Amino acid sequence: MAAAAIYSLFIINKSGGLIYYKEYGSAGRMDTNDSLRVASLWHSMHAISQQLSPTVGCSGIELLEADAFDLHCFQSLTGTKFFVVCEPGTLHMDALLKVIYELYTDYVLKNPFYEMEMPIRCELFDLNLSQAVQKDRVALLGR
Amino acid sequence: MPAAAPRSGDAIFASVEHVNAELFTLTYGAIVRQLLTDLEEVDEVNKQLDQMGYNIGIRLIDEFLAKANVSRCVDFKETAETIAKVGFKMFLGVTASVTNWDADGTCCSIVLEDNPLVDFVELPDTCQGLYYCNVLSGVIRGALEMVSVHED
Repeated sequence: MAAAAIYSLFIINKSGGLIYYKEYGSAGRMDTNDSLRVASLWHSMHAISQQLSPTVGCSGIELLEADAFDLHCFQSLTGTKFFVVCEPGTLHMDALLKVIYELYTDYVLKNPFYEMEMPIRCELFDLNLSQAVQKDRVALLGR
Repeated sequence: MPAAAPRSGDAIFASVEHVNAELFTLTYGAIVRQLLTDLEEVDEVNKQLDQMGYNIGIRLIDEFLAKANVSRCVDFKETAETIAKVGFKMFLGVTASVTNWDADGTCCSIVLEDNPLVDFVELPDTCQGLYYCNVLSGVIRGALEMVSVHED
């Protein structure tokens, strides 16, 4: 059976602060302080990777493969990072991250009461995100 | 993995929901009129329009980047062309042209032949110095600032 599980999703603002965290795995939700710490750690590692890269114009880590999980990261040109932790070998995570980016531009940024760079508390975003993740899960399992 | 090709302004414009153009023009006109009534000074109104545009621009840029699939522009010339050809087309449905480049390539004019904001609008003499479309320059300023291009 193809790997199809997303474990968690993080969205980080341009200063490295966690603005959205959603847990999908069975391990249970990370403690708030831990999630903030993990997010800023990733922000720093991502920045360091750009400096360490031997190629010019590197835009930072896009994929991290470990034994128990894969981490796919997408950074927009505005500095907002979207990263998802999933089962090793899960396909199409880049496409999913692009979809989540579009949902962010629609349901978060177009909400006039959402303050930029602040934690996301938008019901419509949560709703549409769940639908997108569910659709992705069904599509992957169906193959 | 190959990057997706940039989409044309036309294609994106065709794929999004549209609002009635006259409603848009009238709404903008109502905002400018109200600002003139509230603030009275033409300079103040210009400043407010720019600020409003800025607040729009900082949010609009991500939508532009998400939908247009453009990669980072190499220089300011490319930036200006992208704004005029893809940006304006995508959001206002009209194409602008880039002219008046100065010697350094740091300053240019973006000209809108057909500007939906100013349909039916005639500025009276009492509003000399009003930058009626100042919201547009605010939008561009806000959007560019978010991708680290600081400009006047």
